[in-house]
Amino acid sequence: MVGRAQPEGELVIRGAVRFVDERTGTAPFLRKALRYLFPDHWSFLLGEVALYAFVVLVATGIYLTFFFVDSTHQVVYHGPYVPLKGQRMSEAYRSVLDLSLSVKAGLLIRQTHHWAANVFLAAIVLHLFRIFFTGAYRKPRDLTYYIGVTMLGLALLEGFMGYSLVDDLMSGMGLFIAYGVGMSIPFVGANLTAGIFGGAFPGAASLWPRLYVAHVLLLPILIGVLLTAHLVLVALKHHTQFRQRQAETERTIVGAPLWPAQTPRSLGLMVGVAGVLFLLGGLVQINPIWLWGPFHTYVSTNGAQPDWYLGWLIGALRLVPGWDFTIGGYTVVPNPFWGGVAFPLIVIGFLYFWPWIERRMTGDTGFHNVLDRPRDAPRRTAVGIAMATLVFLVLLAGSADRVTVLFGISYDAQLWLYRVLVFVGPLVAGLVTYRVCVELQRGEVVEEERRRAEGEARRAALQAQRAGRPS
Amino acid sequence: MAKAKDWLVAALVLLVGKRGYARRDEAPRLVSKRETDDRAERVVLALLGLSSLCALGFVVVYALDRLPAQTQLLGLALGLSLLALAGALIVAGKRLVPDEELAGEYPPAAHPAEQDAVEQLVDEGVDGISRRRLLKLGLLGAGGALGLAAITPALSFGPFLRVKELLATPWRSGRRLVDENGRPLRAADVEEKALYTAFPEGANDEEQGAPLVVVRLPKRELDLPAELAGYDADGIVAYSKICTHAGCAVSLYRAPLFRPTEPRPALVCPCHYSTFDPSTGGTVVFGPAGRPLPMLPLETDAKGYLRAKGNFDGPVGPSWWGVRNRKASS
Amino acid sequence: MRLRALILLAALALPAAAAAGPGQGLHLYGRFCASCHGPGGSGEIRSSQIGGGPARDQIVQGGLGPPLRGVGARAADFYLRTGYMPLRRTGLQPRRARLLLGPRQIDALVAYVASLGPGPGVPAPHPERGNLSDGQLLFSERCAGCHQITGEGGYVTGAVPPDLHSATAVQIAEAVRIGPYVMPSFSERALSTRQLDSVIRYVEWTRSPDDPGGWALGHVGPVPEGLVTWFLGASVLVALCMLLGKRLRG
Repeated sequence: MVGRAQPEGELVIRGAVRFVDERTGTAPFLRKALRYLFPDHWSFLLGEVALYAFVVLVATGIYLTFFFVDSTHQVVYHGPYVPLKGQRMSEAYRSVLDLSLSVKAGLLIRQTHHWAANVFLAAIVLHLFRIFFTGAYRKPRDLTYYIGVTMLGLALLEGFMGYSLVDDLMSGMGLFIAYGVGMSIPFVGANLTAGIFGGAFPGAASLWPRLYVAHVLLLPILIGVLLTAHLVLVALKHHTQFRQRQAETERTIVGAPLWPAQTPRSLGLMVGVAGVLFLLGGLVQINPIWLWGPFHTYVSTNGAQPDWYLGWLIGALRLVPGWDFTIGGYTVVPNPFWGGVAFPLIVIGFLYFWPWIERRMTGDTGFHNVLDRPRDAPRRTAVGIAMATLVFLVLLAGSADRVTVLFGISYDAQLWLYRVLVFVGPLVAGLVTYRVCVELQRGEVVEEERRRAEGEARRAALQAQRAGRPS
Repeated sequence: MAKAKDWLVAALVLLVGKRGYARRDEAPRLVSKRETDDRAERVVLALLGLSSLCALGFVVVYALDRLPAQTQLLGLALGLSLLALAGALIVAGKRLVPDEELAGEYPPAAHPAEQDAVEQLVDEGVDGISRRRLLKLGLLGAGGALGLAAITPALSFGPFLRVKELLATPWRSGRRLVDENGRPLRAADVEEKALYTAFPEGANDEEQGAPLVVVRLPKRELDLPAELAGYDADGIVAYSKICTHAGCAVSLYRAPLFRPTEPRPALVCPCHYSTFDPSTGGTVVFGPAGRPLPMLPLETDAKGYLRAKGNFDGPVGPSWWGVRNRKASS
Repeated sequence: MRLRALILLAALALPAAAAAGPGQGLHLYGRFCASCHGPGGSGEIRSSQIGGGPARDQIVQGGLGPPLRGVGARAADFYLRTGYMPLRRTGLQPRRARLLLGPRQIDALVAYVASLGPGPGVPAPHPERGNLSDGQLLFSERCAGCHQITGEGGYVTGAVPPDLHSATAVQIAEAVRIGPYVMPSFSERALSTRQLDSVIRYVEWTRSPDDPGGWALGHVGPVPEGLVTWFLGASVLVALCMLLGKRLRG
């Protein structure tokens, strides 16, 4: 079939572009923006995965807000789920029960929302690892990095609030623990926590609506604003790149343009992330709150755990030996403070301060657009691995009781093992990592020399041949 | 009639026809040319078709009532539809659009000239003012004070300054112990090696100061410290059910059947495994709790019902700065 | 050593030839139980020459088992049919184990232990008469702390409350009344027969609870969910990224 002179698609595009430029004057901006360059490496897409998980969270979250009831007012259940018939529960819990068991597609959306939250945090952590181990946080992108670390903290809080709103047995236990951790802050903990909760646990009737507003309005807006700033900063300074060829330098960026190469890729990733999340949401059960039952202050279940991204905190809370630090009759530092406040502050603090620490350590205060490979910065990689090992060990410690149940290893023995490991493990991991990086670098230098020597030898042989002399 | 046929043909051509785009104004190309990949186009079309089918499948599954595993089918339909669309986009990205790799310039690290200009602008705007430092201080002071005023109403949010509320429990002398159904607890019903949860009669069960764990130990096994002497009712002891570590309900009772070879009796919390000894006043024998379980003094009334003899020996719940130098209040 | 081997052979050969005679219970008791529980269930060992039972590494441990007079058929039935007894070594938590005795032998032993003194008989629960919601509430308030809300088992300092998926209705009823090892016991006053029926009904229900959400991951909550997040979710998405982006060349 022969094409026409003026295909219809082009007319539409022309009309749209004219409309936008006449009203906003952005044609010059669009001309540049459409050819904005994306350096190409798979690990540069991890941040996008987190972004798209956030999009799914907001979309599914909006749906959920139309069904959730943010009230802890106690009611008696008379719905279709037999094992809870006639039991007392909060309106919040009942609304989630109804959504899960009686609303078509309700459970799908709810589970997708919860899986998206878990994957969102996993993607952020992977993205953080990429940023850290390639030195992408160095100037001029340190501000972008600080915003990112802040978003990580907000995401942790947001996830915790989200699954606590349901008021089921497991998350209710977690909320009481959060209260206990808040109380343990020296000098001001009780005042702050009692103030936020509206009194002693379980708090005032106003707690739930406030928690709800924080979760569906305040924090999403905060994250959204920070995310926008984060993306704008990335765009303004352009993305970093690895040096793979001569062309890629601190001044010249090499990559795929936004249009047409990157667009289908990014869109494909977005739709793919959504697809994976909806598959998980439909096929793999998550947080089956009808099995846990409603929360009551005087009930608890064995094996209660927070969602994975807070597992490092339950490990820390279990590892710290039992003592409140007191002076006379004044309780200065209740026990949960060390595991619940000090430990996460140290880890988050490390993340915030690391760019500054590294600048002091290496004396490198310059701007960088080119990334390091992990092996190119052995000290940074070693410190990062050490920190990650610490957090991972504490996370493992949080599941020591299940290990006892499954494999029969003494819980007490595990506790002591972890208490030693959290000091020794990161040290060993850091030293080994440092060695590995240095050896890898050395190997490359040797390889480079070998290649050069071979090249010279070949050239010499060629010259000798041409001159007709025996080699 | 002929016109209608023309329109039909035109519509078909529009929908199904392949077209080569004729260059309009002989302008030089801005984007590199990609050779048409017929097979890839068909693959993309097939994937788009699959995506549409699955999405429609979602609608159909939704409409069917009482379908078993409906959530799984809905998830499969929507998930596969999205993944097929993703596949179409990915194939399009790899095979249908030009795979360009271009070089460009990073923006300059800084703009010193403009920076200077901005600095100059700001400076010159205020260099007519003589008391600059003082005015700055004044502004700061006013701003700070206004900020303070702005956040002061947040104190109404909750009892930030009234920690007395943390000490209140519904227990007082003479209050009867009842079970979760409101039936009063008789001392004679409390057997050894059994765990009971009790509440104050007439109070809200969900308050942290309300729930108790009640166990009976042989009198000879009790070893209460002096300040807790007489807190038991002939071997029946009662403790706050709220763990003093972080607040979970202490709902585990380790009650040996054969003492010589089995662990001692203990109340255990399932969250971080704080373990309390009921025979010594709730002292911590394992785990991260920093404070013993608060103990409630018990007595048996004339009719044999268990009653509180007073409030707990200390505030209930997780530790905070004033938990050791204050008393539980009724 | 030889003596042990001979006893082992004899014990293995015996079940086939055993007749359920009245003396068999006593015979089995002497072979498997007396070394810890004492002759006649007295809980005392007077002679050090009572041999160890075959196929268990029993060392003669005098008087380290509770007296069995008055425990009744209920206790014997529970401990023997679950394999909790004979215990490999005293001090260990009794656990479900491969049964060493055949059903006829257990019957004989149960009858013997019951004869040692008046005690409770084997209970006959009726879970079908119980109420599932009452059972859920009771289980949640009294049992979930140790056994986990869906009966997956858990941990208590110094013991491992087992999962309840292999327990029969009779065994559940027995365990609730006895309180084996460090489990609290619940008498009729604490938990009526009807309430017990409801609890048993709930426990049986937990073997295949409602999982409308899909693959249930063992009903233990966030830990397997976290594993799925990383090994199914994050790994698939990282693979997707690798498909889309280029890799760092050498």
